[in-house]
Amino acid sequence: MDAKTGFFYLFSVVLLYAAFRVITARNPVHAVLHLILAFSQAAGVWFLLKAEFLAIALVLVYLGAVMVLFLFVVMMLDIRIDAMRQGFWRHFPLAAFIGALVAFEMAAVLMTGFRGVEEPKAVAALVDAAGKVLPYSNTKALGQLLYTEYLYPVEVAAVILLVAMIAAIALTLRQRKESKAIDAGDAVRVRAEDRFTMVKMAATQKPAPEAAAEESKQ
Amino acid sequence: MTLTLGHFLTLGAMLFAMAVIGIFLNRKNLIVLLMAIELMLLAVNMNFVAFSSYLGDMHGQVFVFFILTVAAAESAIGLAILVLLFRNRSSIDAQDLNALKG
Repeated sequence: MDAKTGFFYLFSVVLLYAAFRVITARNPVHAVLHLILAFSQAAGVWFLLKAEFLAIALVLVYLGAVMVLFLFVVMMLDIRIDAMRQGFWRHFPLAAFIGALVAFEMAAVLMTGFRGVEEPKAVAALVDAAGKVLPYSNTKALGQLLYTEYLYPVEVAAVILLVAMIAAIALTLRQRKESKAIDAGDAVRVRAEDRFTMVKMAATQKPAPEAAAEESKQ
Repeated sequence: MTLTLGHFLTLGAMLFAMAVIGIFLNRKNLIVLLMAIELMLLAVNMNFVAFSSYLGDMHGQVFVFFILTVAAAESAIGLAILVLLFRNRSSIDAQDLNALKG
């Protein structure tokens, strides 16, 4: 058993343990922390498969951004754990049976079907203009594919991320009714006639005729 | 005993089964449901990377890239909906979501 096999079994065992704790942990914060562990172990397995760029992207994007987002949300929500756990173990036998059956059947099929594929096939080597073979780089190969053949899908993915960002902001943004903040749009759009009106009137007013007559009698 | 493609695919299958069990068990807790979906996507990605590596084809890894993008968008919107739900109902129990009478 060489080092690679040993690492594979180490990562796999820790990954499956972390996944088990994610679905059974009492405290949701513990579940998120075990999910972080699971993703880091998956990154390790991807390193063994020589997918270095994706392994690092998984660590940076998933552990660094998405899981922290999960952690924030879990900590912000006040979750009543006892109500959540009601009837938790009632479905466990059936769930464990179905899960074990799925895993066993898929493992049986996959291990008989793909046991023969032993050595990873080498990706075709890149040759530069002088005919020299370039050293293989996973990141370079992935980037070359992404920015040539998959250019439009990359742009679509960018639009999907933009839409997701706008949707998340639009869903959670709310205006406070008692807020005294100045609306910049209203302030810019205001015109002079909204602020004051000109009223034309004489500088002095003549006394009313009856009042003047009464004054002269006295 | 060397590592074959079957080992990695079996790992993906076991991870997927674990996520299925998680969805069965945590039917009430929406946030753990989202985490189980993330685990499922991880299992799928594991299969893609294993096939890509063993068959010497980079296109599988490009696909994993896009799946990661979509998963990030999905979890962002899912968590936003969760926060909105908690603000309106002060609970994230899936049993309370019966406004549609489905």
